Amino acid sequence: MNVPDDLLYTETHEWIKREGENVRVGITDHAQSELTDVVYVELPKMDRQANAKEAVAVIESVKAASDIYAPVKGTVVEINKALEADPGLINREPYGQGWIFVLKIDNADDLKQLKDAEAYRKQIG
Amino acid sequence: MPQRKVHPFGFQGRGGSPNRPGAIEVNRPYLCYVARVTETAPQRTPFYDEHVRLGAKMIPFAGWLMPVQYTSIVEEHQAVRNNVGIFDISHMGQLVVEGAGAREWLNATLTNNIDKLAVGMGQYTFLLNERGGTIDDLIVYQIGDQKFLLVVNAARTEDDFAWLQKHLCAPIQIENRSADFGGVAIQGPRLMELFHALFGKDIQPPPRNAIAELPFDRTNVFVARTGYTGEDGIEVFFRATDAVKFWNATLEKGKPFGIKPCGLGARDTLRLEMCYPLNGSDLSPERNPIEAGLGTFVDLTKPDFIGRDALLKTKEIGSREKLVPFRMKEKGPPPRPHYAVFQNGQRIGEVTSGTLSPSLNYGVGMAYIDAAHAKIGAEIDIEIRGQKFPAVIEKKPLYKKSAS
Repeated sequence: MNVPDDLLYTETHEWIKREGENVRVGITDHAQSELTDVVYVELPKMDRQANAKEAVAVIESVKAASDIYAPVKGTVVEINKALEADPGLINREPYGQGWIFVLKIDNADDLKQLKDAEAYRKQIG
Repeated sequence: MPQRKVHPFGFQGRGGSPNRPGAIEVNRPYLCYVARVTETAPQRTPFYDEHVRLGAKMIPFAGWLMPVQYTSIVEEHQAVRNNVGIFDISHMGQLVVEGAGAREWLNATLTNNIDKLAVGMGQYTFLLNERGGTIDDLIVYQIGDQKFLLVVNAARTEDDFAWLQKHLCAPIQIENRSADFGGVAIQGPRLMELFHALFGKDIQPPPRNAIAELPFDRTNVFVARTGYTGEDGIEVFFRATDAVKFWNATLEKGKPFGIKPCGLGARDTLRLEMCYPLNGSDLSPERNPIEAGLGTFVDLTKPDFIGRDALLKTKEIGSREKLVPFRMKEKGPPPRPHYAVFQNGQRIGEVTSGTLSPSLNYGVGMAYIDAAHAKIGAEIDIEIRGQKFPAVIEKKPLYKKSAS
């Protein structure tokens, strides 16, 4: 399973890519392969403020609906509109075109709470 | 006998609700009738090792560890619609009723008219409580002069057995043979080719709804022309010890026909496209078959059966609610069990089954709604996480072969 070294991770299977004051967020290869067949993504509202671990988006596969959480406290500054027309991007390119939203983070120190690739690999076995 | 606790469970995982799904969790309990048996671990079917070898995601379902999917629900669904698929149905229960008067007794116990059966034939029928509510939906096959095979839902097997035993009168006997049998469903338009590859060119499968005992590799298996997918198909029951042999032979011989092993996920999307009910979701002890639109399997002209009086009353005053199939009008989130149904801003019912239809590529479902609003073509709204999405009440089935 692909777990890129340069990303951070949450226990709930989001990946986090640092981009200056922002972080880009998506779900991991492991998560998409477990869900399979993503058929709908409910994106967060722009400018929404969220606390860490607050549900901000929903991914629906054929089988189930799953919450996507803000990995740290911040404000939604970008959402991936392409997922509305093509939710399968999450399955095909979980770390690329399948990103979900960008969060402007309140405090960069919060990122220290997240897992590195090594710890996430251990989590998913 | 300890009561098995069953709980009608929607799509939501632990901690979820219709309005808040919960974290990504794949091996979440699926659909309904998640047996909350804390003392005993879920049982394994004879195919457990094969499922694991094939990379299936295994989940607890009705007290069993079952494959929910192998590769993808959509791929498995399409295999059944276009080629052929094989499902493990060993979790389903087999009860054998035998003895002088078995026919008369079953006719006074089940809703359909068993006098229409001859040896080798089967029919879909209901086991009701005194209030007319559904204990189980099942298929009864006549397999001897006074011998009947009842194939029942996994989650209901023990309760059905107990209920039937309670109402039994000598010299009729009932046996729970579930543990002795393994079973598969083989479904899809290429069934006949695969059937001949498995059983030989000169052997014919039984006609629709019939059952036959056929020779297979030095043993005999029961083959019924039944299914839960809307495609041509058979359900095969065999001794648990023959199960793996039959499974592997079918996958091997099915290769030229594009066979795929299919899990509960595809089983659910396939049956929902056909509007076949799922007990625990669309049927329950609080709902009767007439409300569920399944009155054709209830013969009210029979002098008596358990639940008849209650059903006659329903018929007389009319059902308060009806189960209707519906289709979402736009691309959007798929409907799920327990979502509220509205019409002109007024709440009129609740979704019992819902998914994205892989054949139609739209959200589809079934819902119990106020009978006054249950009109084909009527516009309704499904509330999903606080937002209303337009849908339309459809005719059964939601998917028609010719439309593809």
